[in-house]
Amino acid sequence: MEITLSRSAAPMAPSAPLPFSSDHPAATGAAPLLRVEGLTSAYGRIQALKGISLELRRGETVALVGANGAGKTTFLRALSGVQPISSGRILFDGEDISTLRADKRMRRGICQSPEGRQVFGPLSIEDNLRLGAYTQPRQQVAGDLERVYGLFPVLAEKRRMPAGTLSGGQQQMLAIGRALMGRPRLLLLDEPSMGLAPLLVEEVFAVVKALKAEGMSIVLAEQNAFAALALADRGYVLETGTVALEGSGTELIGNEQVRSAYLGM
Amino acid sequence: MLAQFLQFLFSGITVGATYALAALGFTLIYNASNVINFAQGEFIMLGGMLAVFFAQSGLPLPAAMLLAILVPAGVGVLIEKLAIEPVKGAETVSLIIITIGASLVIRGLAAVGFGKGTFSLPAFSGETPIDVLGATLMPQSLWVLGVTAAAVGALWYFFNYSLAGKAMLATACNRMAAQLVGIDTNGVLFLSFALSAGMGALGGILIAPLTLTAYDVGVMLGLKGFVAAVLGGLGNGLGAVVGGLLVGLIEALGAGYISSAYKDAIPFVLILLILFFMPRGLFGARLTERV
Ligand SMILES: Nc1ncnc2c1ncn2[C@@H]1O[C@H](COP(=O)(O)OP(=O)(O)OP(=O)(O)O)[C@@H](O)[C@H]1O
Ligand SMILES: [Mg+2]
Repeated sequence: MEITLSRSAAPMAPSAPLPFSSDHPAATGAAPLLRVEGLTSAYGRIQALKGISLELRRGETVALVGANGAGKTTFLRALSGVQPISSGRILFDGEDISTLRADKRMRRGICQSPEGRQVFGPLSIEDNLRLGAYTQPRQQVAGDLERVYGLFPVLAEKRRMPAGTLSGGQQQMLAIGRALMGRPRLLLLDEPSMGLAPLLVEEVFAVVKALKAEGMSIVLAEQNAFAALALADRGYVLETGTVALEGSGTELIGNEQVRSAYLGM
Repeated sequence: MLAQFLQFLFSGITVGATYALAALGFTLIYNASNVINFAQGEFIMLGGMLAVFFAQSGLPLPAAMLLAILVPAGVGVLIEKLAIEPVKGAETVSLIIITIGASLVIRGLAAVGFGKGTFSLPAFSGETPIDVLGATLMPQSLWVLGVTAAAVGALWYFFNYSLAGKAMLATACNRMAAQLVGIDTNGVLFLSFALSAGMGALGGILIAPLTLTAYDVGVMLGLKGFVAAVLGGLGNGLGAVVGGLLVGLIEALGAGYISSAYKDAIPFVLILLILFFMPRGLFGARLTERV
């Protein structure tokens, strides 16, 4: 897989086109990019998140693993502001965004590729991508489109077709591409490998790896725990709405509990 | 024979254009919010009545018309803000009842404000009929058709070529995903109510010189617009336009060849037939694409 998005080693000139990540390396400080404290959220009487705390530093990839119904999707939706929270705080880049509307959070740089793709079926692939850049200045859109097409050439071939006609794997690529069009400072990926053929799973993970190498900050929710932990810097294991374990990716892969519960070893 | 047929045809498509604008109003709001807004007819009434009111108070006709579109658009936004938004996520039936309530309020206020008389708006460019193969065509009919075509064209351009239009479509198709790409979906809702109210009001203004207007004309016009929207396949823009013209035509031909006593009954017989034999309407098949 050929990827041309790697961050150049030399310090970037201010005018040089940044990769997808719009987080300037210069902004790197000691404070984490994302800090979540005691987040709770419920669907009616079902308590889906029971106090989740989590941190993510700039440029870090954090895996969120856990069984069906553990609360991964609810958590990511709460981060994006499309799922109401009942208590807790979300600090993004030092700012408390817990009460911000979803579109405002996206403007702050939190972009999500949601579970189940959620592409705009009747709209064309290109329109889906353009809508991903809905909040972005117009002049950068053409270049970003080309970058996404470079990452996922199959989307370029079908750019005029309705997104609903794509296969599941292609829709997944479109959902990721659409999130990238928003120039994320924090990219949330919810089950990008769900329902994909093994070859496509590999392709999708290769793209995530490339984005990570480029310096993107990523939260990756996955049932495919092994692949996610192998790729991530750190991981959190969720169990029925709470954090059961946290550690570095390799630590968690080595952990007996994790191995038996999630890795089937 | 031909002259008579042409006469029915002209009156059918003229009034059908108003139904088309009303049907587009239903479609816009339905797509953006899944609400069937039964106050749509009141926007048509408000358009006509306010145009008369502003014109009589001395404003030049174009200014009176512009205001008669903007005020109902504002009323549409108010309905969204005051009546629809507070009960977000309510059952469809509750929402329908709320919009019917809103329509009663608007109609009541109009009865108080304008009185219960009938009013007429001067035709935009004279009353001299044009002779077409023995049938007469009022110049106002040309205004109705021309302006409706322009409005439909503008709407088509908006949805096909502007990012704001695409954002509206995206919101209609997947609200959560729309929020995730940074679309202010509440703003989209406001816009849809403003647009459809403005669209209805425009229809009401255009038709007022031909049919007279009164505080209660919105009931029939709105219901027929709804029939048109359902005929076209609720949620489909092209369907709304075709549905509107068809309802107008069927009504005019039925009234002409059968009996004008049935004029208002025909659309309702039509809607029963649609619901029995093709519940998705003429263009409804496309709905299956929506996720
Ligand atoms: N729309 C909903 N209404 C009610 N309960 C819900 C809803 N969505 C999720 N839940 C419940 O919330 C809990 C967390 O679900 P969530 O989808 O966040 O888990 P997940 O970790 O993403 O699972 P999966 O791996 O299957 O995607 C589960 O108990 C689930 O049944
Ligand atoms: Mg999930």
